[in-house]
Amino acid sequence: MRKGDGVTLGSYVAGFVGSIVPTFIAYILVVHHVLSGGWLIAAIVALAAVQLVVQLVCFLHLGHEPNPRWNLLMLGFAVLIIIIIAGGSLWIMYHLNYNMTTEHMNTYMRDHEGF
Amino acid sequence: MKESVETALVNAQHASTSKTTLGFWIYLMTDCVLFATLFAAYVVLRDSTFGGPSARELFDMPFVLTETLLLLASSFTCGLAMLAIRQANRTQVLGWLVATFVLGATFLAMELSEFAHLVNEGNGWQRSGFLTAFFTLVGTHGLHIATGLLWMGVLGVQLARRGFTAGVVRRLTLFSLFWHFLDVVWIFIFTIVYLMGVAV
Repeated sequence: MRKGDGVTLGSYVAGFVGSIVPTFIAYILVVHHVLSGGWLIAAIVALAAVQLVVQLVCFLHLGHEPNPRWNLLMLGFAVLIIIIIAGGSLWIMYHLNYNMTTEHMNTYMRDHEGF
Repeated sequence: MKESVETALVNAQHASTSKTTLGFWIYLMTDCVLFATLFAAYVVLRDSTFGGPSARELFDMPFVLTETLLLLASSFTCGLAMLAIRQANRTQVLGWLVATFVLGATFLAMELSEFAHLVNEGNGWQRSGFLTAFFTLVGTHGLHIATGLLWMGVLGVQLARRGFTAGVVRRLTLFSLFWHFLDVVWIFIFTIVYLMGVAV
Protein backbone atom coordinates (compact mmCIF):
# COMPACT_ATOMS: atom_id res chain seq x y z
CA MET A 1 0.00 0.00 0.00
CA ARG A 2 1.27 3.45 -0.87
CA LYS A 3 0.57 6.98 0.26
CA GLY A 4 -1.82 8.85 -2.00
CA ASP A 5 -3.66 5.73 -3.12
CA GLY A 6 -6.98 7.19 -1.98
CA VAL A 7 -7.53 5.00 1.10
CA THR A 8 -8.84 7.57 3.61
CA LEU A 9 -11.76 7.76 6.01
CA GLY A 10 -13.12 10.64 3.93
CA SER A 11 -13.24 8.54 0.77
CA TYR A 12 -15.14 5.73 2.52
CA VAL A 13 -17.64 8.11 4.12
CA ALA A 14 -18.13 9.87 0.75
CA GLY A 15 -18.63 6.47 -0.91
CA PHE A 16 -21.17 5.39 1.70
CA VAL A 17 -23.20 8.61 1.58
CA GLY A 18 -22.84 8.86 -2.21
CA SER A 19 -24.34 5.38 -2.55
CA ILE A 20 -27.05 5.52 0.08
CA VAL A 21 -28.59 8.80 -1.18
CA PRO A 22 -29.08 7.64 -4.83
CA THR A 23 -30.41 4.29 -3.53
CA PHE A 24 -33.11 6.04 -1.49
CA ILE A 25 -33.97 8.48 -4.29
CA ALA A 26 -34.35 5.63 -6.81
CA TYR A 27 -36.43 3.62 -4.33
CA ILE A 28 -38.77 6.53 -3.61
CA LEU A 29 -39.14 7.36 -7.33
CA VAL A 30 -40.26 3.80 -8.05
CA VAL A 31 -42.32 2.91 -4.97
CA HIS A 32 -44.19 6.22 -4.73
CA HIS A 33 -44.72 6.51 -8.51
CA VAL A 34 -43.11 9.97 -8.65
CA LEU A 35 -42.22 9.50 -12.31
CA SER A 36 -43.48 7.06 -14.90
CA GLY A 37 -42.54 5.39 -18.18
CA GLY A 38 -39.34 6.32 -19.94
CA TRP A 39 -38.45 9.12 -17.53
CA LEU A 40 -38.56 6.77 -14.56
CA ILE A 41 -36.28 4.24 -16.27
CA ALA A 42 -33.88 6.99 -17.35
CA ALA A 43 -33.80 8.38 -13.80
CA ILE A 44 -33.07 5.08 -12.04
CA VAL A 45 -30.42 4.11 -14.62
CA ALA A 46 -28.76 7.51 -14.11
CA LEU A 47 -28.85 7.03 -10.31
CA ALA A 48 -27.27 3.56 -10.72
CA ALA A 49 -24.55 5.13 -12.90
CA VAL A 50 -23.86 7.74 -10.19
CA GLN A 51 -23.46 4.96 -7.62
CA LEU A 52 -21.19 3.01 -9.96
CA VAL A 53 -18.83 5.96 -10.37
CA VAL A 54 -18.94 6.82 -6.64
CA GLN A 55 -18.08 3.26 -5.62
CA LEU A 56 -15.37 2.83 -8.28
CA VAL A 57 -13.64 6.00 -7.09
CA CYS A 58 -14.32 5.93 -3.33
CA PHE A 59 -14.33 2.19 -2.54
CA LEU A 60 -12.20 0.66 -5.29
CA HIS A 61 -9.89 3.74 -5.46
CA LEU A 62 -9.84 3.81 -9.24
CA GLY A 63 -7.91 6.81 -10.52
CA HIS A 64 -5.50 6.76 -7.57
CA GLU A 65 -3.17 4.13 -9.02
CA PRO A 66 0.30 4.97 -10.30
CA ASN A 67 0.87 5.30 -14.05
CA PRO A 68 0.47 3.41 -16.30
CA ARG A 69 -3.14 2.87 -15.30
CA TRP A 70 -3.49 -0.82 -16.03
CA ASN A 71 -6.55 -1.17 -13.79
CA LEU A 72 -8.40 1.56 -15.67
CA LEU A 73 -7.33 0.03 -19.00
CA MET A 74 -8.65 -3.40 -17.93
CA LEU A 75 -11.93 -1.83 -16.85
CA GLY A 76 -12.22 -0.13 -20.24
CA PHE A 77 -11.57 -3.43 -22.00
CA ALA A 78 -14.19 -5.20 -19.85
CA VAL A 79 -16.71 -2.46 -20.69
CA LEU A 80 -15.99 -2.97 -24.40
CA ILE A 81 -16.57 -6.74 -24.10
CA ILE A 82 -19.76 -6.11 -22.12
CA ILE A 83 -21.07 -3.69 -24.76
CA ILE A 84 -20.39 -6.26 -27.48
CA ILE A 85 -21.80 -9.30 -25.64
CA ALA A 86 -24.64 -7.88 -23.53
CA GLY A 87 -25.54 -4.92 -25.75
CA GLY A 88 -25.28 -7.04 -28.90
CA SER A 89 -27.47 -9.81 -27.43
CA LEU A 90 -30.15 -7.33 -26.37
CA TRP A 91 -30.06 -5.61 -29.77
CA ILE A 92 -30.47 -8.89 -31.66
CA MET A 93 -33.16 -10.29 -29.35
CA TYR A 94 -35.12 -7.04 -29.40
CA HIS A 95 -35.21 -7.03 -33.22
CA LEU A 96 -36.09 -10.70 -33.27
CA ASN A 97 -39.04 -10.05 -30.98
CA TYR A 98 -39.97 -6.89 -32.84
CA ASN A 99 -39.94 -8.45 -36.29
CA MET A 100 -41.36 -11.82 -35.38
CA THR A 101 -43.97 -12.52 -32.72
CA THR A 102 -44.45 -16.08 -31.50
CA GLU A 103 -47.46 -16.40 -33.79
CA HIS A 104 -45.40 -15.28 -36.81
CA MET A 105 -42.72 -17.73 -35.88
CA ASN A 106 -45.14 -20.64 -35.63
CA THR A 107 -46.67 -19.77 -39.01
CA TYR A 108 -43.24 -19.37 -40.56
CA MET A 109 -42.03 -22.68 -39.20
CA ARG A 110 -45.18 -24.47 -40.35
CA ASP A 111 -44.98 -23.04 -43.87
CA HIS A 112 -41.26 -23.18 -44.49
CA GLU A 113 -39.81 -25.86 -42.32
CA GLY A 114 -42.58 -28.41 -42.60
CA PHE A 115 -43.29 -28.64 -38.84
CA MET B 1 24.03 1.53 1.93
CA LYS B 2 21.83 -0.42 4.29
CA GLU B 3 19.06 2.09 3.75
CA SER B 4 19.19 1.77 -0.02
CA VAL B 5 18.95 -2.01 0.25
CA GLU B 6 15.88 -1.61 2.44
CA THR B 7 14.36 0.88 0.01
CA ALA B 8 14.98 -1.55 -2.82
CA LEU B 9 13.29 -4.32 -0.84
CA VAL B 10 10.28 -2.15 -0.06
CA ASN B 11 10.03 -1.10 -3.70
CA ALA B 12 10.26 -4.70 -4.87
CA GLN B 13 7.52 -5.65 -2.42
CA HIS B 14 5.30 -2.81 -3.67
CA ALA B 15 5.88 -3.86 -7.27
CA SER B 16 4.94 -7.47 -6.51
CA THR B 17 1.86 -6.40 -4.49
CA SER B 18 0.67 -4.13 -7.28
CA LYS B 19 1.20 -6.96 -9.80
CA THR B 20 -0.89 -9.29 -7.61
CA THR B 21 -3.57 -6.62 -7.29
CA LEU B 22 -3.63 -6.15 -11.07
CA GLY B 23 -3.98 -9.91 -11.56
CA PHE B 24 -6.88 -10.01 -9.12
CA TRP B 25 -8.42 -6.96 -10.77
CA ILE B 26 -8.31 -8.79 -14.13
CA TYR B 27 -10.18 -11.69 -12.51
CA LEU B 28 -12.80 -9.21 -11.24
CA MET B 29 -13.20 -7.81 -14.77
CA THR B 30 -13.82 -11.32 -16.16
CA ASP B 31 -16.38 -11.77 -13.39
CA CYS B 32 -17.98 -8.53 -14.64
CA VAL B 33 -18.34 -10.13 -18.08
CA LEU B 34 -19.93 -13.23 -16.49
CA PHE B 35 -22.49 -11.05 -14.68
CA ALA B 36 -23.10 -9.00 -17.85
CA THR B 37 -24.10 -12.14 -19.78
CA LEU B 38 -26.45 -13.17 -16.94
CA PHE B 39 -27.94 -9.66 -16.94
CA ALA B 40 -28.44 -9.86 -20.74
CA ALA B 41 -30.16 -13.25 -20.36
CA TYR B 42 -32.37 -11.85 -17.60
CA VAL B 43 -33.43 -8.78 -19.60
CA VAL B 44 -34.23 -10.93 -22.66
CA LEU B 45 -36.30 -13.41 -20.61
CA ARG B 46 -37.92 -10.88 -18.29
CA ASP B 47 -41.32 -10.99 -19.97
CA SER B 48 -41.26 -14.73 -20.63
CA THR B 49 -43.40 -15.53 -17.59
CA PHE B 50 -45.24 -18.45 -19.26
CA GLY B 51 -48.49 -17.42 -17.61
CA GLY B 52 -46.79 -17.32 -14.20
CA PRO B 53 -46.27 -14.31 -11.94
CA SER B 54 -44.23 -11.36 -13.20
CA ALA B 55 -41.62 -9.35 -11.33
CA ARG B 56 -44.23 -6.83 -10.21
CA GLU B 57 -46.28 -9.48 -8.41
CA LEU B 58 -43.34 -11.24 -6.76
CA PHE B 59 -40.95 -8.67 -5.34
CA ASP B 60 -41.25 -7.25 -1.85
CA MET B 61 -39.56 -3.85 -2.19
CA PRO B 62 -39.01 -2.84 1.48
CA PHE B 63 -37.37 -6.25 2.00
CA VAL B 64 -35.05 -5.71 -0.98
CA LEU B 65 -34.20 -2.18 0.17
CA THR B 66 -33.14 -3.60 3.55
CA GLU B 67 -30.91 -6.16 1.78
CA THR B 68 -29.36 -3.36 -0.28
CA LEU B 69 -28.63 -1.22 2.79
CA LEU B 70 -27.09 -4.19 4.63
CA LEU B 71 -24.73 -4.94 1.74
CA LEU B 72 -23.81 -1.29 1.35
CA ALA B 73 -23.09 -0.99 5.07
CA SER B 74 -20.92 -4.13 4.91
CA SER B 75 -18.94 -2.59 2.03
CA PHE B 76 -18.40 0.48 4.24
CA THR B 77 -17.25 -1.51 7.29
CA CYS B 78 -14.91 -3.50 5.02
CA GLY B 79 -13.37 -0.15 4.00
CA LEU B 80 -13.00 0.79 7.68
CA ALA B 81 -11.14 -2.51 8.24
CA MET B 82 -8.73 -1.49 5.44
CA LEU B 83 -8.15 1.84 7.21
CA ALA B 84 -7.46 0.08 10.50
CA ILE B 85 -4.79 -2.02 8.74
CA ARG B 86 -2.89 1.22 8.06
CA GLN B 87 -2.85 1.96 11.77
CA ALA B 88 -1.77 -1.65 12.38
CA ASN B 89 -4.56 -1.98 14.93
CA ARG B 90 -5.35 -5.69 14.96
CA THR B 91 -8.32 -5.52 17.35
CA GLN B 92 -9.95 -2.81 15.27
CA VAL B 93 -9.39 -4.69 11.98
CA LEU B 94 -10.91 -7.84 13.49
CA GLY B 95 -13.83 -5.83 14.88
CA TRP B 96 -14.67 -4.31 11.49
CA LEU B 97 -14.24 -7.71 9.80
CA VAL B 98 -16.72 -9.24 12.26
CA ALA B 99 -19.16 -6.37 11.51
CA THR B 100 -18.69 -6.94 7.75
CA PHE B 101 -19.22 -10.67 8.22
CA VAL B 102 -22.42 -10.24 10.26
CA LEU B 103 -23.88 -7.74 7.75
CA GLY B 104 -22.93 -9.97 4.80
CA ALA B 105 -24.32 -13.09 6.49
CA THR B 106 -27.60 -11.31 7.28
CA PHE B 107 -27.83 -10.24 3.63
CA LEU B 108 -27.28 -13.82 2.48
CA ALA B 109 -29.81 -15.18 4.99
CA MET B 110 -32.42 -12.68 3.72
CA GLU B 111 -31.71 -13.65 0.12
CA LEU B 112 -32.05 -17.36 0.92
CA SER B 113 -35.32 -16.74 2.76
CA GLU B 114 -36.60 -14.84 -0.31
CA PHE B 115 -35.63 -17.81 -2.51
CA ALA B 116 -37.24 -20.28 -0.11
CA HIS B 117 -40.42 -18.20 -0.06
CA LEU B 118 -40.58 -18.12 -3.88
CA VAL B 119 -39.97 -21.87 -4.18
CA ASN B 120 -42.57 -22.68 -1.51
CA GLU B 121 -45.17 -20.62 -3.36
CA GLY B 122 -44.53 -22.74 -6.46
CA ASN B 123 -42.49 -20.00 -8.14
CA GLY B 124 -39.17 -21.84 -8.33
CA TRP B 125 -36.67 -21.64 -11.18
CA GLN B 126 -38.59 -24.24 -13.22
CA ARG B 127 -41.76 -22.10 -13.27
CA SER B 128 -40.83 -19.83 -16.22
CA GLY B 129 -37.96 -18.45 -18.28
CA PHE B 130 -38.16 -15.26 -16.25
CA LEU B 131 -37.71 -17.10 -12.94
CA THR B 132 -34.89 -19.27 -14.34
CA ALA B 133 -33.00 -16.12 -15.35
CA PHE B 134 -33.82 -14.46 -12.00
CA PHE B 135 -32.56 -17.36 -9.86
CA THR B 136 -29.43 -17.75 -12.02
CA LEU B 137 -28.46 -14.08 -11.83
CA VAL B 138 -29.30 -13.40 -8.18
CA GLY B 139 -28.13 -16.87 -7.12
CA THR B 140 -24.73 -16.37 -8.77
CA HIS B 141 -24.31 -13.14 -6.81
CA GLY B 142 -25.37 -14.97 -3.62
CA LEU B 143 -22.80 -17.69 -4.32
CA HIS B 144 -20.11 -15.01 -4.61
CA ILE B 145 -21.24 -13.56 -1.27
CA ALA B 146 -21.10 -17.02 0.35
CA THR B 147 -17.55 -17.50 -1.01
CA GLY B 148 -16.62 -14.05 0.29
CA LEU B 149 -17.92 -14.93 3.77
CA LEU B 150 -15.82 -18.11 3.80
CA TRP B 151 -12.75 -16.15 2.64
CA MET B 152 -13.37 -13.48 5.29
CA GLY B 153 -13.57 -16.14 7.99
CA VAL B 154 -10.26 -17.69 6.94
CA LEU B 155 -8.57 -14.27 6.80
CA GLY B 156 -9.93 -13.36 10.24
CA VAL B 157 -8.37 -16.50 11.73
CA GLN B 158 -5.06 -15.88 9.90
CA LEU B 159 -4.94 -12.29 11.12
CA ALA B 160 -5.72 -13.29 14.70
CA ARG B 161 -3.01 -15.98 14.72
CA ARG B 162 -0.24 -14.50 12.57
CA GLY B 163 -0.80 -10.75 12.81
CA PHE B 164 0.08 -8.30 10.03
CA THR B 165 2.37 -10.41 7.85
CA ALA B 166 2.86 -9.31 4.23
CA GLY B 167 0.77 -12.24 3.01
CA VAL B 168 -2.17 -11.55 5.32
CA VAL B 169 -2.22 -7.84 4.45
CA ARG B 170 -2.06 -8.63 0.72
CA ARG B 171 -4.94 -11.10 0.97
CA LEU B 172 -7.02 -8.65 3.01
CA THR B 173 -6.45 -5.99 0.31
CA LEU B 174 -7.59 -8.39 -2.40
CA PHE B 175 -10.57 -9.44 -0.30
CA SER B 176 -11.66 -5.81 0.10
CA LEU B 177 -11.59 -5.39 -3.71
CA PHE B 178 -13.74 -8.52 -4.06
CA TRP B 179 -16.24 -7.38 -1.45
CA HIS B 180 -16.60 -3.84 -2.89
CA PHE B 181 -17.00 -5.38 -6.35
CA LEU B 182 -19.93 -7.52 -5.14
CA ASP B 183 -21.60 -4.37 -3.83
CA VAL B 184 -21.20 -2.75 -7.28
CA VAL B 185 -22.82 -5.79 -8.93
CA TRP B 186 -25.69 -5.60 -6.42
CA ILE B 187 -26.42 -1.95 -7.43
CA PHE B 188 -27.25 -3.28 -10.88
CA ILE B 189 -29.29 -6.21 -9.57
CA PHE B 190 -31.25 -3.78 -7.37
CA THR B 191 -31.81 -1.41 -10.32
CA ILE B 192 -32.35 -3.78 -13.25
CA VAL B 193 -34.06 -6.71 -11.55
CA TYR B 194 -35.97 -5.15 -8.65
CA LEU B 195 -36.60 -1.46 -9.38
CA MET B 196 -37.23 -1.92 -13.11
CA GLY B 197 -39.19 -5.10 -12.44
CA VAL B 198 -41.64 -3.16 -10.30
CA ALA B 199 -41.53 0.04 -12.40
CA VAL B 200 -42.25 -1.41 -15.85
